Amino acid sequence: MNNTTHPQALPQLKNNSTPAAEQAPVDLARRFFVLSSALAGGGLMLGFNLPSGAQAATGGDAADAGVEIDAWVAVRPDDTCVIRFARTEMGQGTRTGLAQLIAEELDCDWDKVTTEMVSPQANLARKGVWGQMLTVGSFGIRFSHDKVRRGGAAARAMLLQAAANEWGVAVAELSVQKGLIRHAASGRQTSYGKVALAASRLPAPDPKTLQLKAPADWKIAGQPLKRLDTAPKLNGRKIYAVDVALPGMLTATIKACPVFGGSLLRLDDAAAMKSPGVRKVVRVGTDAYAVIADTWWQAKSALEKVRVEWDYGPHAAESDATIAARLSEGLETKTGLFEFRKEGDSAALVNSSAKKVAAVYSAPFLAHATMEPMNCTARVGKDAAEIWVPTQDPEGAHLAMSKQSGLPLEKCTVHRFDPGGGFGRRGRVSDFVTQAVAIAQQMPGTAIKLIWSREEDMTHGQYRPISKCKLSAGFDADNRLTAVHVRLSGQSIYAWRNPTENLAGFKDNSQVQGWFAQPSDQALCYAFPQLSIEYAMRNTHVPVGTWRGVNIPQNAFYMECFVEELARAAGADSVAFRKQWMTKDARQSAILDLAAEKGDWGKPLPPGVYRGIAQYFSYATYCAATAEVSLNAQGEVKVHRIVLALDCGYAVNPGQIEAQVEGSIVYGLSAALWGECSVQQGRVVETNFHDYRVLRMAEMPKVETHIRANGAAVWGGIGEPTIAVVAPAVANALSLALGKPVRSLPIKIAKPA
Amino acid sequence: MAKLRINGKQHEVRAQSDTPLLWVLREHVGLTGTKFGCGIAQCGACSVHINGQLVRSCIINMASLKPGDNITTIEGLSADSSHPVQQAWAALDVPQCGYCQSGQIMAAAALLAAKPDPSDADIDSAMTNICRCGTYQRIRQAIHQAVALAKNSRKNPAARPSKTSRS
Repeated sequence: MNNTTHPQALPQLKNNSTPAAEQAPVDLARRFFVLSSALAGGGLMLGFNLPSGAQAATGGDAADAGVEIDAWVAVRPDDTCVIRFARTEMGQGTRTGLAQLIAEELDCDWDKVTTEMVSPQANLARKGVWGQMLTVGSFGIRFSHDKVRRGGAAARAMLLQAAANEWGVAVAELSVQKGLIRHAASGRQTSYGKVALAASRLPAPDPKTLQLKAPADWKIAGQPLKRLDTAPKLNGRKIYAVDVALPGMLTATIKACPVFGGSLLRLDDAAAMKSPGVRKVVRVGTDAYAVIADTWWQAKSALEKVRVEWDYGPHAAESDATIAARLSEGLETKTGLFEFRKEGDSAALVNSSAKKVAAVYSAPFLAHATMEPMNCTARVGKDAAEIWVPTQDPEGAHLAMSKQSGLPLEKCTVHRFDPGGGFGRRGRVSDFVTQAVAIAQQMPGTAIKLIWSREEDMTHGQYRPISKCKLSAGFDADNRLTAVHVRLSGQSIYAWRNPTENLAGFKDNSQVQGWFAQPSDQALCYAFPQLSIEYAMRNTHVPVGTWRGVNIPQNAFYMECFVEELARAAGADSVAFRKQWMTKDARQSAILDLAAEKGDWGKPLPPGVYRGIAQYFSYATYCAATAEVSLNAQGEVKVHRIVLALDCGYAVNPGQIEAQVEGSIVYGLSAALWGECSVQQGRVVETNFHDYRVLRMAEMPKVETHIRANGAAVWGGIGEPTIAVVAPAVANALSLALGKPVRSLPIKIAKPA
Repeated sequence: MAKLRINGKQHEVRAQSDTPLLWVLREHVGLTGTKFGCGIAQCGACSVHINGQLVRSCIINMASLKPGDNITTIEGLSADSSHPVQQAWAALDVPQCGYCQSGQIMAAAALLAAKPDPSDADIDSAMTNICRCGTYQRIRQAIHQAVALAKNSRKNPAARPSKTSRS
């Protein structure tokens, strides 16, 4: 049975609920784990003896953690292999994929694999033996694979050596399959569980000397195996951070100044303190307050009873209009530009060309809207602090709690939970951690669970940066491109995160992702003549951060829709035109061809249905997709079918890749059709799913995924690259229906020309 | 003090009368399988069954519930994840992050109780729960598979897995 080790906390029965008969109808085998006493110390066993669902019945005996062979593998007497992972599992299948890679090298029995998630304090105590834990940028597999595979191979080598030592034979005479070691010459056999202790005492081999399996020989990796962590998601047993219950825990909710950059002047909590269950009203930072109560509903009910006076600050008059004006100015300015690529005097060449195509595109702020709202539980004492948190950035959360509490990292314990959605909201920004710790500091020794309302979540995001893009190109008399000029004007994530840094002359490579010259994992797949790309940084008071794909989705939308306009201006087929101007990268061509073939490019469609195509290379993965779209009389867009082809080099779990493709299409389509966080009076207007519309079942197109993974020098990611082609493929189809290009997202209602 | 019948067991709950059933379940009864996603019945993460009907518990005030109402949460849908919907979800590895899936499963179970062989249009109408991970394609496949599993189970009662519990 595959289990997943996970910190479990019994949902606490409130003392005003008395079941008439026996215990509440929850899993009676769950135990109450007071984790702090076991884990506050920092030391070798941190993060290892976290009980699994199966272990819960025995109360989490340390021996069930198994014998550690190396940092990545522990083995139990019954031959179960406990595979450790450091990256975040937030639905993308990273836990299972990393386990497959390790199990492949380990040669263990996949049916006897369980996993254990490592904590940042354990990683710190062991000098970073697990490497980077942060999971953003589609890192999970592509930046881990070498390290984890060597971890599995090393463990295998040590286990075999232990058996060889026991039998007094050469290791080369042994074979192993599914954790069973055989010495053919003598017929002896043993298993991993039996030699684990001896293996654990052997020196680990130098990772550089290890021979890894060739992917062509993979039996566990490369297979569409079932996920290891599905079962508890089906019956309510999976504990998310928002579900945690601890002895004496209180619950809080927060309200920050609706206008970014404002502050809290005065608060009067008299009425709120009379509200049922309310324990305390506290200030949080300079711009927020929180209500602490026995239950979340009580805290939420009292939130509006707190009378506050805000200083809305210098940005209270900002709006979509003021921001748009600033971006438009950036499209025209001649100074303060980051001249990212300058392969000719592009503007002059375009202007002097026989034919010109010019367009201004735009894309809005977007919220992440994870299903699990922002939350963090914290307990702060004089000498130690703990948090229970969903995060993509365990090291960052650890640092944030240390910084806010003033306690050294060694006294700070992070209990990680799989996020109910990450998408970049929970990576590199730990605002909810800082808040939770700040609240808990005001009631030392008490665990306080902070849960944001959806309204708070929607209006206090780390939004995808807003931008506009002016693209222009020239054609000569023979309809050949002469030059391409791109001017991007928009907000910078780096600037937001480094507000005091002098950014004059700063090379903000992040904002021009997807337009790099080769080689790069974000390189532009076109070799345009005389290409120039400039970025005008135009910041706003709205917090920005890493949305899924970061800056690739917008930049891909601009580029792929403009390329489509060029193709049509040249009277050329969309695919042929792209191929004419693509770099010599054969893998990109192959994927474009594959999408076109599987997407029936050029084949007839029913009346009123149009097909568009787009391609992009990002996160080292090649991607292309067709989209079939129609428009009804009310201007509502229907996406019928998307066929997506990708080449990621190596496919660790093709089933999970398909799931990620389907998922990122939903994420990208929601954004393309309706996603927008608008700004009025300095604040984000959209507050919940009724006005921040996202895709539901009825709007889901049929998605077909085609994976090519025939090897590569560089492994490609999966979590993000496929979003890039969604908006442009749909827009390129829609523009045929409308008779005019689609240059602004979201599409919402589309009226023909 | 309110008496509530949840997953076949009686509970006595002391909470403000305006407390939504969602928060009664989560914080007073200790059943956290039902999730908070929006608080305004837009997302469906809070879906439960009351007397066999699908409802979004975030907008059901405790005061509106009667002691005779049968409330079923995800924890009570079956004793052992044996409901055909749960089995199909397992077979197809439907969940990604999983946060919305309690609500999705309750919605699918209610759909099949009302329409044992729903069309895709029926699925579109009934399954309005939000999934930000985008598992809709697999949810649809799993609903069709659950239909087949349920049919098979009716044809071969001897082969049926552990008894499905009902509210």
